[in-house]
Amino acid sequence: MKLLKLVPENTNIRFLKWRVPFYIVSLLLIAASWALVLTKGLNYGVDFAGGQEITGTFLEEQDAPIGELRDTLGTLGLGEPVIQRFGEANQVSIRVRLPESAEGDPAAANRIATQIIDTVTAEHEDFRVDSNNTVSGKVSGEFREKSVYALLFAMLAIAAYIWIRFEWQFGVGALFALFHDVSLTLGMFALFQMEFSLQIIAAILAIIGYSLNDTIVVYDRIRENLKKYRKMPLPELLDLSVNETLARTVMTSLTLLVALLPLLLFGPASLFGMVAAIVLGIFVGTYSSVYMAAPILVWLGVTSNSFVPEETVAERQEKKARGEI
Amino acid sequence: MLDFPLWKRISLWAITLLLALAAIPSITSLSGVDLPEWADGPEVNLGLDLAGGSHILLEADPSQVAAQRLETMEENVRGLLRDAEPRIRIGDVSTANERLSFMMEDASEIDRAREILTPLINGQGLVREWNLAVMDGNRMVLTQTEQGLDQAVTDAMDSATDVVRRRIDDLGTREPTIIRQGDTRIVVQVPGLEDPQQLKDLLGQTARLEFKLVDANALPSDIAQGVANPGSELVPYADDSDFAGQFEAVRRLGGIRGDSLTGAQQSFDAQTNEPVVSITFDAQGGARFAQLSTENVGRRFAIILDDEVISAPNFNEPILSGSAQISGGFTVESANALAISLRSGALPVDLTIIEERTVGPDLGRDSIVAGALAMGVGSLLVVLLMIATYGRFGVYATIALGFNVLMVLGIMAFMNTTLTLPGIAGFVLTIGAAVDANVLISERIREERRRGRRVVAAVENGYKEASRAIYDANVTNFIAGVLLFLFGSGPVRGFAVVLIIGLFTSVFTAVVLTRMWVAGWLRDKRPAEINV
Repeated sequence: MKLLKLVPENTNIRFLKWRVPFYIVSLLLIAASWALVLTKGLNYGVDFAGGQEITGTFLEEQDAPIGELRDTLGTLGLGEPVIQRFGEANQVSIRVRLPESAEGDPAAANRIATQIIDTVTAEHEDFRVDSNNTVSGKVSGEFREKSVYALLFAMLAIAAYIWIRFEWQFGVGALFALFHDVSLTLGMFALFQMEFSLQIIAAILAIIGYSLNDTIVVYDRIRENLKKYRKMPLPELLDLSVNETLARTVMTSLTLLVALLPLLLFGPASLFGMVAAIVLGIFVGTYSSVYMAAPILVWLGVTSNSFVPEETVAERQEKKARGEI
Repeated sequence: MLDFPLWKRISLWAITLLLALAAIPSITSLSGVDLPEWADGPEVNLGLDLAGGSHILLEADPSQVAAQRLETMEENVRGLLRDAEPRIRIGDVSTANERLSFMMEDASEIDRAREILTPLINGQGLVREWNLAVMDGNRMVLTQTEQGLDQAVTDAMDSATDVVRRRIDDLGTREPTIIRQGDTRIVVQVPGLEDPQQLKDLLGQTARLEFKLVDANALPSDIAQGVANPGSELVPYADDSDFAGQFEAVRRLGGIRGDSLTGAQQSFDAQTNEPVVSITFDAQGGARFAQLSTENVGRRFAIILDDEVISAPNFNEPILSGSAQISGGFTVESANALAISLRSGALPVDLTIIEERTVGPDLGRDSIVAGALAMGVGSLLVVLLMIATYGRFGVYATIALGFNVLMVLGIMAFMNTTLTLPGIAGFVLTIGAAVDANVLISERIREERRRGRRVVAAVENGYKEASRAIYDANVTNFIAGVLLFLFGSGPVRGFAVVLIIGLFTSVFTAVVLTRMWVAGWLRDKRPAEINV
């Protein structure tokens, strides 16, 4: 049987040759992502903004009366409710942010949820509430704080592990690649204004773990090659390492993608955002493993001595000075 | 590396089959098949987002506990000093600024007063509950110690948790989970609930019932202006009562609290046929109620529920039976809810619902079906890709993947963990990531073959050299998984659980098991060439 080889054997792509332009583009993308996050902002769901998201089904109607709901709920004085189709045509999601007057009143969120459900069921007896997420301002504030800590801590802990297992340059490289992946994912969510919820944070934390898989494979090969080809110039050696592991990098990302794609296309509607974030993160993570994590080692000054204990290096130099070598 | 003695093979298979078989009760129960009893075993729990149900987070405000303690202290101090022989007279009592302060009419009595109050100040527990200071020579100031207040909050939350449990049990729901969280919070999880609003109403009702005498000297004009006589306070009527929007002036002290009830039932008033709540006091409460009603025949008293007046009837005659009837604009439902709340006792503090997640049973069912379908198709694609790319090694990876999924489910069942909707995404992610180890191993074997190594050496090296990166990658995933677990609650935690268990099982199946199979094949067939 002839086996499938998606990546040809013995590729020799000179990734490092374009490292400066690629880096400039990536840095610009990171900057643009943060600019988007800061100016346009993330479209916080109830988890982070407080308020309520209610999904429900109009059992006896073909299409949910979205326009009418917008009018009736708009008159409740709760600000602009976001009413969208959710799943089937007769299913809706009603999202209402916590009004500013609710600040310092933890009971307000729950009161408003009851008010919304009562208003809708008063006009449509066939309305069945499928889910109700109500989060008070206090809880949403805690979620925001916890999320930031979890993301920062995960990135730092993983970078520290890479530092311990490899060398500090690799730790910095991994941290940078992770920062790139997280930034671009956030940027995409700001750009497309997709709902940003706790699930998305969970997805980003998973990305932080998985996007580094490819980086580790490349780094592992770099370490191996550094010991093997002690005289090879670093850019050449990095190119060799990336090329040697290219099939792996592509295949591991591909298996993740094909596993997730059906879930994205016809999985439960409430998982869509989370899966989309993971898929996005896989793309970004694969790119950053090749174009970010490896080239940065050139600038950080990795040498073939990086994996030789320092004393040995010093001893060698001493010996050299004494003219023994 | 490729040496697998018989004992090793037997134990590896034993672990694999044991954990994989443990998944069967969960799978059959998810697909609605009943197992015979001998084959049944522990199953994974379904999270509320899949099974349907309500998750409610309640929070108490500790400053309310402080205010109540202050009020009780005032009542006790007044009582003790009044009953002292001879009586110690005080004036200018104030509970402002979270402290109780009062003036001694005779400054020379300070030491005697201090002695009398010492038991109150020290409290009954191990910590001192109050600090006493004397200002300007004749003013005593009592403030709560931090430890005393903390202890009071803890006690209040403990008893609030009990009350919440009793109320939910009274609803007759199955398997509720009620857990204290942090200092001032209670998590309530109730699966498969028909009417979450009923539950919320029940939890939102403090049910602090008080009987206080109406201040007969209050002028309607003063009440309208919001002014109360000294020793009195204005309490609003409840929205459902007949006098909604109005206030009643009641005596602040000297009433009875309704926390000494032995029973509460919804019933109907014999004359008006209006829904009412009948209550029965315990012996002590009954005696005090009898005394209050005897001393105040012909006077009005207010029935106050959660700081709102329900009604303010007359004591027509002494009530000596130890039972009474509360009326005031109830419906059958609201009377019934109040009866449940009163039976289970008053909450020592108000609880506010600060988070609610409710999922209907149908939505959860749909999610499982859609998730399982997507997982099946995703697995199929992974399997096709792996076999097409790595041939025999892809087949081994596929079998390992099958065991992996079963083992994750089996371990989850053993550990009694919960499968949530994001947990399904965790399964799919695990499926896609578990074969990564096989990719790394197979690619390395390819490479070793290209370098001209013989089959056995290439396979051996493939496993050995790939293991390093597999190990490192799994550790970083584990770090992220642990943070995910610590960060998340409920559904997100279910995601983390699947990912973390999947990391361990995937190393076992994708590295250890496949190596055993490959070793067996190499030993039996001794192939000179492998197609990888």
